[in-house]
Amino acid sequence: MKLAFTLSIKNILGAGLRTFLNVFVLSFSFVVIIGLQGVMDGWDDQARRDSIDWQFGQGQLIHENFDPLDSFTILDGNGPIPKYISGLTPILVHQASIYPQGRMIGATIKGIDPLQKSTLLPTQGLIKSDVTFPVIIGKRMAEASKLSIEDEVLIRWRDKNGTYDANRITIVDIFDSNVPAIDSGQIWMSIETLWQMTGLNNHASFFVAEKSYEHNLMESWKFKSQEELLKPISDLVAQKNGSQSVIYSLLLAIALLAIFDTQVLSVFRRQSEIGTYIALGMTRQKVIGIFTFEGSLYSILALLLATIYGAPLLAWFAEIGFAVPPADQKMGIPVAETIFPIFGLKLVLETIFLVLFASTIVSFLPTRKISRLDPILALKGKKQ
Amino acid sequence: MKENPIIKINKMSKGYSIAGKTFMALKNLTISIQKGEFAGIVGPSGSGKTTLLNIIGSLDKPTEGEAIVLDQNISKLTHNQAAYLRNINIGFIFQVFNLLPVYTVYENVEFALLLQKYSSQERKKAVMEALEWVGITSHANKKPDKLSGGESQRVAIARAMVKRPKILLADEPTANLDSENAHEILSTMKKLNQELKTTFLFSTHDEKVMDYLERTIHLRDGVIEKDIVKKNK
Repeated sequence: MKLAFTLSIKNILGAGLRTFLNVFVLSFSFVVIIGLQGVMDGWDDQARRDSIDWQFGQGQLIHENFDPLDSFTILDGNGPIPKYISGLTPILVHQASIYPQGRMIGATIKGIDPLQKSTLLPTQGLIKSDVTFPVIIGKRMAEASKLSIEDEVLIRWRDKNGTYDANRITIVDIFDSNVPAIDSGQIWMSIETLWQMTGLNNHASFFVAEKSYEHNLMESWKFKSQEELLKPISDLVAQKNGSQSVIYSLLLAIALLAIFDTQVLSVFRRQSEIGTYIALGMTRQKVIGIFTFEGSLYSILALLLATIYGAPLLAWFAEIGFAVPPADQKMGIPVAETIFPIFGLKLVLETIFLVLFASTIVSFLPTRKISRLDPILALKGKKQ
Repeated sequence: MKENPIIKINKMSKGYSIAGKTFMALKNLTISIQKGEFAGIVGPSGSGKTTLLNIIGSLDKPTEGEAIVLDQNISKLTHNQAAYLRNINIGFIFQVFNLLPVYTVYENVEFALLLQKYSSQERKKAVMEALEWVGITSHANKKPDKLSGGESQRVAIARAMVKRPKILLADEPTANLDSENAHEILSTMKKLNQELKTTFLFSTHDEKVMDYLERTIHLRDGVIEKDIVKKNK
């Protein structure tokens, strides 16, 4: 091992600029992979946290006929709130239209208990206000409908019998959330008000669970755990991560190609040296081991270099975060204005393993030629 | 009672396939070399002397016949067994020195010991002793590119001798040296042969080398032409 190490160090340091370029490109790959992956992990973490805080709570108990992603299920997707339940915040979903500045906009009304603590929705505003029909909306909805706090707007809906009714609602608060699913096209009001408006007394479409909730099987209601609800977000981040990985795969491929080329050149140019090793009594496997180790050493040096300039760079990046362009925030998925990358130990170790493993493989491949090398020709320096 | 020869070549031939035709480099050779001999295979270029040396050094294998080196049949050795034989028992000296350019003189000589299980103390002692044998202690920290041809060949001798091999094979060791250096190198080798009882086998067509040899095996076109043992050398 000492032999391989000292020989490799001397050889690659002796290669000067070629070594520096290989090591730099590989170290850059290290930093970019960890940087990009850290952003994705940071986004995933932020999206999960925001979704839990604002939308999913500790899970949801959903009426069997209600599908949150299918507006055709809204009408029949509700049922009477079961007796003897605790730790659940009921939410009733209903369809309506609003007419801001004379234009019609389709909206989803959600009735919620104003005293709920399952989500961060500022529903207390619904009882603090003294207006007749107080509602709260999110910043996206406010922007889309050109509504501000204290604005009154006409709302029209159908009650449980299908009869149209209309009234004026007042915006009492506009909340700022990264979760579009509780914001875009949504109007939040007291569930009691919605019961009165629709005649669906004591009905709910779904419940948001608090920590104290313990699920027992209930007829007509199905429970979705936090993880089940978060899965689409994680899948989306993973999919986005996949497309990001193309970038760093290309970068890594360039770095590995440089190592591969260096190894091919090294085995070709140093045949006399290889012959000498064999003549001195080294087995071919040992010679292959030395050359492979030498190639892998590029990744170790790259790791050191990446630590020198990458660690402070990534620490700074984690501090200031990654500003998400406004267009990306309207994608319909939970994206904050600034994503703070997370560089976990697992990410760093996985990246180190990936790069070390890949560089060892590409270092090894060209050295297989050594096993077929004629040591006599090699000693004479004849290229094979 | 006469000892077993350290090298025994028995009806050995070696052929190469060149452009579909077989070229016989060695033809039906039979030679014995005793322990401690200072012998040489001499002959013109293409006579097969390097081929013979390579087979004895287990770098190559005969096509027919036997090459028994230190009681081991070269034809039957695996790559790893041959490597072990070279590592422990055979030292090589090459025409172009074949020193490792990234290593210092000291490290080049130490290299041969790193392949064996020596402690660092033992290695240091053995390396310094080998450098003293060849008179280049003062160049221990120099890289090979800072050495003259004679000095480089001395390093090569030290590297070959440091592990105290039973056989030392020298392929045209003076070919790249001037007359004075050639004599110094040969004197050194002769001294080592006498002091350490190492068997030296040269491949050469250099008259200066032949003067030092106790025995010359003359090869021509792969056949032994004559085998001369000099007396009182």
